[in-house]
Parts: sequence; C-alpha cells; structure tokens
Amino acid sequence: MSIMLDVKDLNVYYGVIHALKGISFHVNKGEIVTLIGANGAGKTTTLQTITGLIPARSGSVMYNGREIIHTPGHQLVANGLAHVPEGRRVFATLSVYQNLMLGAYTRKDKDGIEATLRTVYEHFPRLLERKNQMAGTLSGGEQQMLAMGRALMSNPEMVVLDEPSMGLSPIYVNEIFNIIEKIHDSGVTVLLVEQNANKALSIADRAYVLETGNITIEGAAQDLANDPKVKAAYLSE
Amino acid sequence: MMSFISYLLNGLSLGSVYAIIALGYTMVYGIAKMLNFAHGDILMVGGYAAFIALNSLGLPVPVSVLVSMVVCTLLGITIEKVAYKPLRKANSLSVLITAIGVSYLLQNLAQLIFTANPKSFSSFVGIEPIKLAGGQLTVSGETVVTIFTCVIIVAGLVTFINKTKAGQAMLAVSEDKGAATLMGVDVNGTISLTFAIGSALAAIGGILLCSAYPTLTPTTGAMPGIKAFVAAVLGGIGSIPGAFIGGIILGVLENLAKAYISSKLSDAIVFSVLIIVLLVKPTGILGKKIMEKV
Ligand SMILES: Nc1ncnc2c1ncn2[C@@H]1O[C@H](COP(=O)(O)OP(=O)(O)OP(=O)(O)O)[C@@H](O)[C@H]1O
Ligand SMILES: [Mg+2]
Repeated sequence: MSIMLDVKDLNVYYGVIHALKGISFHVNKGEIVTLIGANGAGKTTTLQTITGLIPARSGSVMYNGREIIHTPGHQLVANGLAHVPEGRRVFATLSVYQNLMLGAYTRKDKDGIEATLRTVYEHFPRLLERKNQMAGTLSGGEQQMLAMGRALMSNPEMVVLDEPSMGLSPIYVNEIFNIIEKIHDSGVTVLLVEQNANKALSIADRAYVLETGNITIEGAAQDLANDPKVKAAYLSE
Repeated sequence: MMSFISYLLNGLSLGSVYAIIALGYTMVYGIAKMLNFAHGDILMVGGYAAFIALNSLGLPVPVSVLVSMVVCTLLGITIEKVAYKPLRKANSLSVLITAIGVSYLLQNLAQLIFTANPKSFSSFVGIEPIKLAGGQLTVSGETVVTIFTCVIIVAGLVTFINKTKAGQAMLAVSEDKGAATLMGVDVNGTISLTFAIGSALAAIGGILLCSAYPTLTPTTGAMPGIKAFVAAVLGGIGSIPGAFIGGIILGVLENLAKAYISSKLSDAIVFSVLIIVLLVKPTGILGKKIMEKV
C-alpha cells in the first residue's frame, strides 16, 4: 500500500493560538480515513492547512511523494486533491451548473468534463433537476450534494471532506454517507472529518482522534468504534 | 421639445462616461471588496497619456487610444500590487485611506510633470455632427461615439463574465475567495485582471470625457470619479448592469437639472437622488440581496 497523504509534525498557529501541535498522520491510497474530534479540536484547521488555505508554521505535508506545504492552494486541485469545505461554501448567486463547472476550472479536456458531469448527475440526480437554480436557494442537503459534486468535477484522486453531514436530517445523512462510499468505490481516496463519529467509523478503514491540536488515539476504525474511551467521548448510542 | 431631446442626448453621453468609469469601480469593489478611490485619477492619467500620444508623438487616434489603455492597465496593476495587495488582510478603513493617498499621489505627480495649467485636449472623435429633424437637432459626433462605446463595453463585459472561464472565476472570487481557491482559481491573478480591465476602461472613459469637455488638468478625474462612484452605488455596487443604469441615470439627471432647474444646484440634486434611492433601497437599484441558507 502506498501512502498518498503524509502529514508530519504539523504546527499551525492563529496569532498566538497554537491550533495544531505537531500532528502526524497519513492516508494510504484507496483508503477512507476519518479524523474525529470535538468542536475546536482543529479538524478544519488540519484540512485547510493541507489544501493550502492556511499557512503552516512548521512540519511537512507530502502528497503523492511531493512536498506541498508551500504550494499555493489553487495549484492543488489540478494535482488531484479536492476539498469539500466546512459549511459547503457553494457560490450562492451562481447556478448549480455554474458551480459544477467551476469545479472543473483547472481541466481542459472538454469531453472528460462532460463525462464527469454525467457521473456527478448520476450520483446526485437532484442536481440535474435543479441545474439552473441558484445555489443559494438550494436546501442545506442539496447544497452539500452540490459541494461534493463540485469537488468531483475536478476528477480528483483524493477528496477531503469537512463535516459533510453537519446540520442535515437523518435521511440526508445516510444519503451523503452512501455517496461517500460510492465515490470511494469509484477509486477515490477519502479523508473524512466528522463529528458524527458513529457513521464515520462505520465506513472508514482507519481513524484518528484529534483533541485540542493533538492526535490522541489512532487505529483501525473498527477498533476505535469499540474503544471505551472513544465510545464515552464521541459515540452516542 | 428639440432642446429637451438635445439635453437628454447630452445627458446620455455624460451618463455613458460615468457608466464606463463606474464599471471599473464596481468590478474592483465586487472582486477585491475595496473602493479604489484612485480610479478617477487613473482616468486622468489616461487622458494625459492619450494627449501625449496624439499631440506630442503624433500617433494616429487608434494607436493613441491603445497607448492610453496600456498605460492605465499597467498603472492599475502596479497600484494594486504595491499599495493594495499588502493590505489584503487589513481592515477596510486602512485600505480606503491608502486609496485616497494613492489618489492624491497621482494628482500631485501629474501636477509636477504637467503643471496645473490646463491642456486643451483635441477631440479623438473625427465624426461630423449629425443633423436631425431637418436641422433643428444637432448631435455631436462625441455624443454618438460615447453612447455607442458604452453600450458595446457593457455588452462585452456581461458576455465575458457569463461566458468565459475567467469571468466565472471572477464571480467565484467575488463571492468566496477561499472556495474559489479550492476550485483552482488564482485569486491574486483574478484581482490583477480586474484592476487591469477597470483601468483600461478608465482610459477609454478619460478619452471620451476629455473629447467632450476638452480641458485636461491633474484634477480632471476627481469629480467624474466621485460621480462614477455615486453611479455605481446608485445602481448597486458590484453589479455591472447596475453601474450602467446608475451612470446613465446620473448623467441624464445632471444635465436636465442643469438645463431646467439650476446649474449651480445640479450636483446637489444628483446627490439628493442618491440619498433618496439608498433610503428606499439600501443595496442600490440592482443591488443583490443574497439569500443564504445556513
Ligand atoms: N481564523 C481563526 N482565528 C483564530 N482562531 C481560530 C481561527 N480558526 C480557528 N481558530 C481556533 O483554532 C481552533 C481549531 O479550530 P477548527 O476550526 O480547526 O476546529 P474544528 O475541529 O474544525 O471544530 P468544529 O468541529 O467546530 O468545526 C479553535 O480553538 C478555534 O477557535
Ligand atoms: Mg471544523
């Protein structure tokens, strides 16, 4: 198994706040890895540092064997690394279709883009029905689908997802998790940040627990799901 | 009646100039979220560049226009890089003060180089006045060219924004720089492009303005700059069609007020209209009210 994403001793500060205190973890090609943790643990900070939205103070982020810690954020998606951000952040005043096409912004292969668009519409028929609707008028669940579809439009090797189930009703949560599995089955490596630890551990291969900027527990997702400490802190019955 | 039509046409022409300048204001605001108060002075530099190209270097009109556009584009990009980019994360008040500083810098540099003595700008429009209604109505070539140019520019910009990748990237950056970055959009590059387009338009606005009102001084851009800013706010800042509509309304209003009420009060009337519109609709005529779901 080859390592796709390798994070080592990552330190990130917001002014004087030490948000990530030298964390290390990795994601193998083909895996679903989940990063769970309470509010403010540093999950979003971790993902945003990986995809170049926040600068790191020190450490290393290797992607496919290449150091990307100083790579400008906008160059990563062309290298196959897509990010579905926390809170969806769809372009509210643009149509569903325009949002999706922005997902393919760095691609030049017209036919390939068309093919990917068809796949995205297969994953999310709702987006096809609403392709001319303004994204800001979609429901929360639909916006999440759009944010995921938009990331898929870049035809990524790896997606990082930041709390895709946040604020969604149980039916939508199940649908979103089903689609994450489908995306994974189609060959995409997944790094999933979730507060819904039950669900995340049920689909992941491995997991890390992040507590106030430190990784405190790591292991096979199954083992973590049965770990009494994890159960007490993160899993509700 | 004929005089009314004549005032109206002059108003449309002046409004077209305001609109062309307002487009730069509104695009820069929409994408960089800042008010570039030096925009009017870029127009003035465009005027001088065109004046030198045409009168001192004896270049043909189209080449002189191009020279002026290139000078303004480079100036706009440079100002953004040197003065505004380092403040990308600063609060908006610092940026505003910097922009005002840049505005005075440009005016004073122009005064140093060209002195405060007005230059008499020879019109770039070689079209004879058109006589209509059996000679009762004369429309100057400048009026025709200005209105026509403005319509072409607005149509071109709307098409560019909606139909090209770079245009879509601009919309993405204007909404959410972080999300745009995740799409692979180079946010800094997009902001530079916006300044480039806005400044090139300012050059055209400057040439058209000076062709119709042929005195060029270091403060030529100041008042039209403020009026164009008002036009952009009136139409809904950030909106391209809004800048067009705002500019036209402002120009027509100003000319009619001058003709029928008082030439001294025309500016007061124009600004009163702005205040009333903003009281009724704070986002301006076409201002977007974005609905966001949380
Ligand atoms: N822009 C910022 N400026 C200052 N501090 C910040 C900023 N963003 C995050 N932080 C702080 O860094 C820490 C980690 O925040 P982060 O958003 O990464 O947490 P999270 O694990 O994603 O939380 P949540 O589950 O609520 O999304 C928190 O203490 C937060 O207050
Ligand atoms: Mg978070």
